[in-house]
Amino acid sequence: MSALLEIDGVSKAYGGVQALSACSLDVAEGTITGLIGPNGSGKTTLFNVVTGYEHVNVGAVRYRGRAITNHAPDQVFKLGIGRTFQLTRIFARLTLMENMLVATQHHEGWARSMVRRGSSAGERRRALELLEFVGLAGHAGEAAGTLSYGQRKLLELAYVLIADPEVLLLDEPAGGINPSLIHYITERIRELNRQGRTFLVVEHNMEFVMGLCERVTVMHQGCVIVSGTPHEVRADPRVLDAYLGGADDEEEGAGAA
Amino acid sequence: MLPRAAGLGLLLLGLGALPLVLSNPTYTSIAIFTLIYMTAATSWNTFAGYSGYIPLGHVVFFGSGAYTLAVAAQDWHLVGGYGMFLLIPLAGLVAGLLALPFGLVALRTRRHTFVVITIAIMFIFQLLAFNLGVTNGSSGIQIPTPLWPAATFNDPFYYITLGILILAVATSWFVRRSRFGLQLLAIRDDEDRARGLGVRTGRVKLTAFVISAIPVGMVGAMYAYFIGQIFPQFAFDPLFDVSVALMVFFGGLGTVAGPLLGAVVLEPLQQYLTLQFSIGDLYLIIYGVVFLAVILLMPRGVVPSTRDWLRARRTGRPDAPEVEGDTDRAAEVAAHTGSPT
Ligand SMILES: Nc1ncnc2c1ncn2[C@@H]1O[C@H](COP(=O)(O)OP(=O)(O)OP(=O)(O)O)[C@@H](O)[C@H]1O
Ligand SMILES: [Mg+2]
Repeated sequence: MSALLEIDGVSKAYGGVQALSACSLDVAEGTITGLIGPNGSGKTTLFNVVTGYEHVNVGAVRYRGRAITNHAPDQVFKLGIGRTFQLTRIFARLTLMENMLVATQHHEGWARSMVRRGSSAGERRRALELLEFVGLAGHAGEAAGTLSYGQRKLLELAYVLIADPEVLLLDEPAGGINPSLIHYITERIRELNRQGRTFLVVEHNMEFVMGLCERVTVMHQGCVIVSGTPHEVRADPRVLDAYLGGADDEEEGAGAA
Repeated sequence: MLPRAAGLGLLLLGLGALPLVLSNPTYTSIAIFTLIYMTAATSWNTFAGYSGYIPLGHVVFFGSGAYTLAVAAQDWHLVGGYGMFLLIPLAGLVAGLLALPFGLVALRTRRHTFVVITIAIMFIFQLLAFNLGVTNGSSGIQIPTPLWPAATFNDPFYYITLGILILAVATSWFVRRSRFGLQLLAIRDDEDRARGLGVRTGRVKLTAFVISAIPVGMVGAMYAYFIGQIFPQFAFDPLFDVSVALMVFFGGLGTVAGPLLGAVVLEPLQQYLTLQFSIGDLYLIIYGVVFLAVILLMPRGVVPSTRDWLRARRTGRPDAPEVEGDTDRAAEVAAHTGSPT
């Protein structure tokens, strides 16, 4: 049996900082896997390596058994791996609708994109459906830069979804968002998971992670230290150690126990 | 949509009738230079306005187009006349082909580095024009002059330049509406993010760069033919890009109408100042003042500022949201953009 996404012994250093050291992690198809760990434990770096934003010399990333190590971001995306960013990245001067349409090109050749209109009626309908899904349809014609922080997170999720990725890597989808919106995002992720999508979610909000994820993996200083059900992880003393002892810059999300 | 189409039709009609109204060759000459700059500004904006990259080396395409016509006329012993205009597509082709290696090198960099690299490449070409045998160095090349009656001498130049301008504006408009244009705008806002959404950023940028070079090469050839001689210091004048960029910033970067407006205002002004005071560089001072005024008063350019102002008046709402999104949303919006983790 092999996992949908396999990360195998990946190491990454920035100067003297070992952001990832022989980090291995499997994500099974159809699951929602949580990825937690103190600040600076390498979670975002791991996402960057998987999605082609960072290159590694050691280790491998496989998707459906196929090596995708050091593939470019556009190639990784076309294979069906979408992601959101910890500091949300939207196209601020484009409208929400235009933001939605950026990722729709992945079905077509480059020459075709030159001669066709910005979008087809079908694509716009789909874009509107997804905006509806995240509750932003009413803002479709507005510049994305006018959205609030939480709305940006939702827009980023929606415009990734339009390309129909099989796996979604979400980097702190609930970070800095008010509680009612967090609940809303949880529901959206559950629904997408029911439709068969696989999730790997980085989050500091323990309530969110423990409530949503079937499996939780804990990282510490660039390595995976524990992997298991939320219950197991919560009970594991190594996790508590990592949060209480390991990190220099501790934060409130550490209330794991 | 209809008033816009009607406005466009009227504009075209007016431009088409202009030589009939302005029979004085001095004025039609100014009109031809203005059309040349309208085309150059429009094409420059097709790349710079949509992608957010600011190149200051488009004079390379202008000069190459000019020399293509001059050298071809010389080597093939052409005589002045309508036939020479057939060299203009060739000039566009040469400019487009040069834009490939130019873009491949320059587009590996971004922002300030990109600007500096394009300037550096521009100086390399200027140096080549001074020193290569084919350009005849600083003694320049004479271009055969057509034997047309003086009264209507300028008209063919005017109408063919107008044709190139229409081509450039149509291209700019189609790019803006196409999927390709959307990808360029996404690159402008966050290139790495666009890449992560499957946009092949390298190809998209390079294609836009080549597309923006072609009409510039064509009007370069037109310029050379109209002037009747060509020298390296004029064909590869570093101030060309400064003028073009200023026209675009004045009218509105990233809009279709902005570059046209900028060129219509600034190029006749330059020609007038040069003719009136016979000081060739006086316009530089005026340009400097205009540039400062635009940056301070309307940092997004005249067209977007006016459009927002009109919309706000009509709806009675201050700063109504941008629906089409083709104008540069102000820095206040850009300031909220997230940066890479
Ligand atoms: N581009 C970079 N250059 C230098 N160091 C980096 C870079 N990116 C990450 N690091 C370092 O690598 C380590 C891991 O960072 P990373 O962002 O992956 O942590 P994280 O687990 O996502 O933390 P957080 O929970 O705060 O988001 C940190 O020590 C960080 O300072
Ligand atoms: Mg992080």
